[in-house]
Amino acid sequence: MSVEPFIGLSALLFTIGAVGVLVRRNAIVVFMCVELMLNACNLAFVTFARAHGNLDGQIAAFFVMVVAAAEVVVGLAIIVSIFRTRRSASVDDASLLKL
Amino acid sequence: MTAFWLLAPIMVVAAIGVVLARKAVHSALLLAVVMICLAMMYAMQDAPFLFAVQIIVYTGAIMMLFLFVLMLVGVDKTDSLVETIRGQRLVAVVVGVLFGFLVVTVVAQTTVGPVVGLGEANADGNVHGLARLLFNRYVFAFEATSALLITAVLGAMVLAHRERLEPKLTQRELALERMQRYAEHGEHPGNRPTPGVFARHNAVDVPALLPDGSPAEISTFKTLRERGALREGAFTTDVAVTLRKLEADGSPRERGLIEPAGPTGPADPRAEAAAGQDEEEHQ
Amino acid sequence: MTSLSSVVLAATEHAEVVPVAADGVFSWVWLVVAIPAISAAILLIGDGAGDHGPLDRFGHLLGTAASIASFVVGLVAFVALLGRDAAERAITQDLWTWIQVGGFDVTMSVYYDQLAALFVLLITGVGSLIHVYSIGYMADDPRKRRFFGFLNLFIAAMLVLVLAGDYLVLFLGWEGVGLASYLLIGFWQEKRSAAVAAKKAFIVNRVGDLGLALGIMLMFAQFGTTNIHEVGLNVSNASQSVATALGLLLLLGACGKSAQVPLQSWLLDAMEGPTPVSALIHAATMVTAGVYLVVRSAAIYDLSEVARTAVMVVGTVTLLFGAWIGCAKDDIKKALAGSTMSQIGYMMLAAGLGPAGYAFAIFHLITHGFFKANMFLGAGSVMHGMNDDVNMRHYGALRKMMPVTFVTFAIGYLAIIGFPGFSGFFSKDKIIEAAFATNFWAGLAALIGAGVTAFYMTRVMILTFFGDKRWREGVHPHESPKIMTIPLIVLAALSIAGGALTFSSWISDWLAPVTGEEHHDLPVPAIVITAVIVLVVAVGVALAYVLFGRRDVPETAPQNVSVFTRAGRADLYGDAVNEALLMRPGQYLTRSLVYVDGSGIDGAVNGTAELVGDGARGLRRLQTGFVRTYAAEIFGGALVLVLALLAVNLA
Repeated sequence: MSVEPFIGLSALLFTIGAVGVLVRRNAIVVFMCVELMLNACNLAFVTFARAHGNLDGQIAAFFVMVVAAAEVVVGLAIIVSIFRTRRSASVDDASLLKL
Repeated sequence: MTAFWLLAPIMVVAAIGVVLARKAVHSALLLAVVMICLAMMYAMQDAPFLFAVQIIVYTGAIMMLFLFVLMLVGVDKTDSLVETIRGQRLVAVVVGVLFGFLVVTVVAQTTVGPVVGLGEANADGNVHGLARLLFNRYVFAFEATSALLITAVLGAMVLAHRERLEPKLTQRELALERMQRYAEHGEHPGNRPTPGVFARHNAVDVPALLPDGSPAEISTFKTLRERGALREGAFTTDVAVTLRKLEADGSPRERGLIEPAGPTGPADPRAEAAAGQDEEEHQ
Repeated sequence: MTSLSSVVLAATEHAEVVPVAADGVFSWVWLVVAIPAISAAILLIGDGAGDHGPLDRFGHLLGTAASIASFVVGLVAFVALLGRDAAERAITQDLWTWIQVGGFDVTMSVYYDQLAALFVLLITGVGSLIHVYSIGYMADDPRKRRFFGFLNLFIAAMLVLVLAGDYLVLFLGWEGVGLASYLLIGFWQEKRSAAVAAKKAFIVNRVGDLGLALGIMLMFAQFGTTNIHEVGLNVSNASQSVATALGLLLLLGACGKSAQVPLQSWLLDAMEGPTPVSALIHAATMVTAGVYLVVRSAAIYDLSEVARTAVMVVGTVTLLFGAWIGCAKDDIKKALAGSTMSQIGYMMLAAGLGPAGYAFAIFHLITHGFFKANMFLGAGSVMHGMNDDVNMRHYGALRKMMPVTFVTFAIGYLAIIGFPGFSGFFSKDKIIEAAFATNFWAGLAALIGAGVTAFYMTRVMILTFFGDKRWREGVHPHESPKIMTIPLIVLAALSIAGGALTFSSWISDWLAPVTGEEHHDLPVPAIVITAVIVLVVAVGVALAYVLFGRRDVPETAPQNVSVFTRAGRADLYGDAVNEALLMRPGQYLTRSLVYVDGSGIDGAVNGTAELVGDGARGLRRLQTGFVRTYAAEIFGGALVLVLALLAVNLA
C-alpha cells in the first residue's frame, strides 16, 4: 500500500482540526479539535513506521496517546473549575491581555 | 486500499462535522467516529496494538471524559454562530485553505522511497516488537510518561477539588439551623416534597402546585428552570386543558415550556402562568 | 590717459618710500588712538554710581578733553614731521603682534606719514570742535555720557583706520567706525525711524565691507602679507588681473563707506542722528574713509587702468546723483547730505585720475571737512533755534535772528560753491582742471556738477536765511549759546584759510612721496577753465535766486512738480532699486527656505515619527487579547514556516 494517501489524509485532518480551533468558541469543542489534530499526527506516525520498516513510529504514536490522555484530564479539570466560577465555557472570556 | 478509500471520506466528513456542529455533544460523537475509523486504519497498517489502544484509551476513555464534562457544562447549550472577532472567520478560512493546500498537495506528495513494510519488525508479533523498543530504547521516555500520568491525576484532583472553607456542619447543627429558619422566617422545616407528593404529574420537568394553584419552586431543579425546561406554563384552572397540555407533543408553547428569563427567573413563570390562565379564561 | 608714463612715474615714486622706525616724538603717536579709546571705555563701561554720578555730570567734559589731548599729540607729531627730511617722513612702529597663524603674520603697527598726518589733524581737530559744540547741543539730553563715549569711540576707530600699517588693522578701524556710526545714528533709539536708519546704514555698509574683506583675502592669497607697504611693493610683480580685482574690491568697500553709487542709499537716512554726528561722521571724516582707502592703495590703482576708470565713473555718477537729490530736498540736513554725497563724488573722481589727482582729492577732502562740518553745525544751530524743525519751508528771514550762524554758514556756502578766494574754490578748481586734462566728459560732468551745487546751496541759503518769515506757532528763533557758536567761527575761519594750502602747491609737494605726482597738459590755459567755472557757478546762483529769491516759497511742498523733482525727492529711486533687486528676492528666498524647512525637513522628520506611530497603531490591533486571534497568528506563522522549509528544500 502506498503511503501518500495516508499522509494526505493526515494532513487534511490536521488542517480541519486547526481551523476548528480558530473558529469555535466553546472551550470543550476547541479541545476536541486539538485532539483531532493529535490523532492526525498519530496516523502520520504509524504510516511512516510502516514506510521505514521499524516500530519507532508506533512507539511515538503510543506516547502521543498517553500524553494526550494526561492532557485531556488536566485540561478538562481546568475547564470545569473555570465553568464553576464563571458559568461560561467560552474561550473569548479570557481577553484581558488586549492592548 | 479499498478500506482506506471507504474510510477516508467518512473521516473527513466527520472531522468537518466536529468543527461545524452546533451542539457540542454532536461534535464529541463525530469525533468518536473519526477515532474509530483511525483505529481501523491502524489495523490496516500492521499496528494491531495501537488499534486496540486507540479504541480503549482514546475513544473509550478520553471521549467519555469529554462527554461527562459536556454534561456538566451544559449538554443542551447551542453555540451561537455569530462570530464576535472581526475577520477571524476570514483569516481562519484563508489560512486554513492555504495551509491545507500546501500540506496536502505538496508535502504529502514528497516520496519517501519504497515502502519497507512491517513484516520484519512484526516478526515476533507486534506487541513483542513494541515492547522490545519500549523497554530498551525508550525506557526513559516510558518512565517519564508514567510520572506524567501520575502528575496529571494529581493535578486533576487538585483542580476539581472544592476546598471546604468552613467546618462541615454536623447533623445536629443542620437540624438546629432548620428549626431556626422555621422560627424566624416560617420556612418549611420538613423535607422537600418528592415528585408526585403534591404533583399532578410524575415527570421531573413538571412542578408541583401549591394550594393556590401556583407552581412550587422547591419541587423542581433550579437547573431545569434556568434552562427553560420546566413546563410551568402548562397549568391552567381547567384541569382538562392542563392535562391535555401536559400530555401534548407539539411546540414548546403548547407543551407549556417557558423560555428562561434570566435572573428574574422565578417570578416570570408565575406571571406567564397567570397570563396563560387568563388567556384560557377568556377563550 | 598716458598710463605707461604714470606707471613708470608711480613706480619710481613709490620705490623711494622707505619706512623709518619710530623714535622720539613719533614713538608716542599711538597715544593719539589710546587716549580717546580709554576715554570711551571709561564713559561707556564705567558705572559712575547711578544716573547722576560724577561720570554723568562730567562725562562730556572728559570726552572733549580726550579729543583735545589727542589733537595736541597729533599736532606735535605733525610739527615734528614737518621738520624731517622728505625722504624720512614714513614712520612705522610695531606695537604688538596681533595675529600669528601659520604663514599669516599681522602686527598692530602704526604707519605715520604725510597722508596720515593730515588725516590725524583733520579728525582730531574737527572732532574736538564738534565735541565742544556737542556740549552745548546735547546739554539737555539725559544720555549725553553715552553720546560722548560713542563720539570718542568713533575718533579712536577712525584714527586706527588712518594710522594702520596693515590692511587688516585698517579693516579693524573700518569696522569700528561702522559700529560707531550705527550707534550714533540710532542714538535716539526710542525713535523708530532712527533705529531703522541705523540698521540700514550698517547693512549697506556691510556690502561694502564684504568687498574690502575679499580684497584683503586676495592680498593674502597672492602676496602672503597684508602689510600696506609690502603689498604696495609686491603688487607691481603681480598680474594685471590681480591688480584690477584688488582695485575693484577696494572700490566696493570705499563705495559702502563713502556712500557712493550703488551703495549710497543709507546716507540720507543717516541724518536721523543728532546733528553733531552728521557733521563729524557723515560729512567730515567717516565718509571720507573710502577716499583715504583709494589714495592709500595708490600702488594698486596705479597699475590697473580698469580700476581707475571704475573709480572715475563712480565718482562722476555720484557727484551728479548727489547734486540732483540735493536740489529736491526740503529737509536742510538731507540737502546737506546730498551735497556731501556729491562732494565725495568729486574726491573719488580726483582719486580715479591717478597720481595727477590724488593730492587734489585729499585737498578737497580737507577743505570739505572744514566747510561741510561748518554748515552742518550751522544747520544744527538753526534747528536749535527753531525747536528742532528741519523743514526749510518753515524757516525764512533768519539772518537777523541768528547773525553769527548766518555769517558762518554764509562763509561755508561761499566755500562750497567755489567763490574765488575761499578754500573750496581752490580745491574744486584743481579737480575740475585735472578732470578736463584727463577726460573731457569727466571734466564736463564736474563742471555741470559745480553749477548744480551752486544752485541748490543758494536755494538752501535763500530758504533759510532770506525771504519772508514762515515760522510755525510758538517758534522763537534765537542765536545759539557761545559754546555752539565758537566752533562755528573757528570752522568758518578754516573754510577761508584752507585755500592757502595750495597757494604754494604745498599740499601736492607734501603728499608727493605718498601718492606720486603727475601733470597733464590742459587743452586750454588754466585761467580759462577757472573763468568758465566761475561763470557756471554764477549761472547756478542766479537761477536759484530767480526761482526762490523772487517768488514766494510755499509752506508745503507743491505736488505738481516736474518728473526730475519727483525723482530727486524719491532719492532717485535708490531704495526702490535696492528693494526690487535685493530685498524682495531675499525675502522670497528666506520664505521659501523656511517653507522647505518646515514642511520638507520637519515634515520628513515628523512624518517618519508619525509613520512609526501609525505603524505601531496598526500593529497594535493584532493584540486583541483573544486566544483565537493568537491561535490564528500561530497558524499563519506555521504556514510561513512550511513555505520557508519548502523553499529551502526545493532550491
